[in-house]
Amino acid sequence: MNRQIHQPNSFLTRRSFFGQGARLTLSGTAVALLAGAGGLATTKAARGGSAENDIVILNSALGAEREAVAAYQVGAESGLLSPGVLALAVQFQGHHKEHADLLAQTIETLGGKPAPAPASYDFPVDQLKSEADVLGFAAGLEKGAVSAYLGAVPLFENRDLSKAAASILGDEAMHWAVLRGAVGLDPVPVAFVT
Amino acid sequence: MPLLALLIACLLLPSPAAAGGDPGRGAALYDRCRACHSLARNRTGPKHCGLIGRPAGAVPGFAYSPAMSESGWIWMPETLDRFLAAPIETLPGTSMGYDGIKDPGERADLIAYLIEASRDPALCP
Repeated sequence: MNRQIHQPNSFLTRRSFFGQGARLTLSGTAVALLAGAGGLATTKAARGGSAENDIVILNSALGAEREAVAAYQVGAESGLLSPGVLALAVQFQGHHKEHADLLAQTIETLGGKPAPAPASYDFPVDQLKSEADVLGFAAGLEKGAVSAYLGAVPLFENRDLSKAAASILGDEAMHWAVLRGAVGLDPVPVAFVT
Repeated sequence: MPLLALLIACLLLPSPAAAGGDPGRGAALYDRCRACHSLARNRTGPKHCGLIGRPAGAVPGFAYSPAMSESGWIWMPETLDRFLAAPIETLPGTSMGYDGIKDPGERADLIAYLIEASRDPALCP
């Protein structure tokens, strides 16, 4: 069975929403990343095509981050996760939401418009039958995210954006390692990510 | 698709050997794509089942960039090889904000995997 995941206004239950409330605003580090990005204050019109390219890349990342938030919600609501793993999933979901918030804010700062979120997501829910399945699915998304950010870092015209993307990459690499460890795999199997 | 066109498309589909890549290595490389793509489902990026031989921008229900929709491309191994090497340089305006796969051997492996996966009903029902 495939399941269309409709995107609610709030991904979290009321209880977990308030539990994670402090994480739903930009962290001090994220704000500092932007505050240090003096070039971001320049308008899109002034920067021309380079800003357009940066906005396109940021919007791609925003789409992936929103999808990750939705994917963790599927895991959290699956009933397959033990309490400790559920807490971890909600924590990682909160990180992705912070990333999405930062990306959307940055797009607007650059004079762009954040792409609208899709009405629903299509995840392979029929293949998620155990905690290990959910963790493996999440690990795959995180590994892909690491590769995606690695592929985005060299593209930004504004190097402050590269720095911010590298910061997110580091966070998602930690997620990937923790998830691998949780399913009994070597958490850090290689010296370089690709 | 009319039957004749479908037949022609099948005949034009290259084998993995013709693409020169190793689909086994390509399967591992495909992990890099999984933040945005899957074989059978549209995600942040469009699904990849049936990619080879398909016109660019043609997956129903996926919101492509105007650049992709208007490219006029047909996704053949050679097209994909050029695009994957440097997506934004090859198709300015694409929403695939990715630097590209610079190693020609890795691109061949990935393309071979995409071809083989599309023929596997377990992966591409």
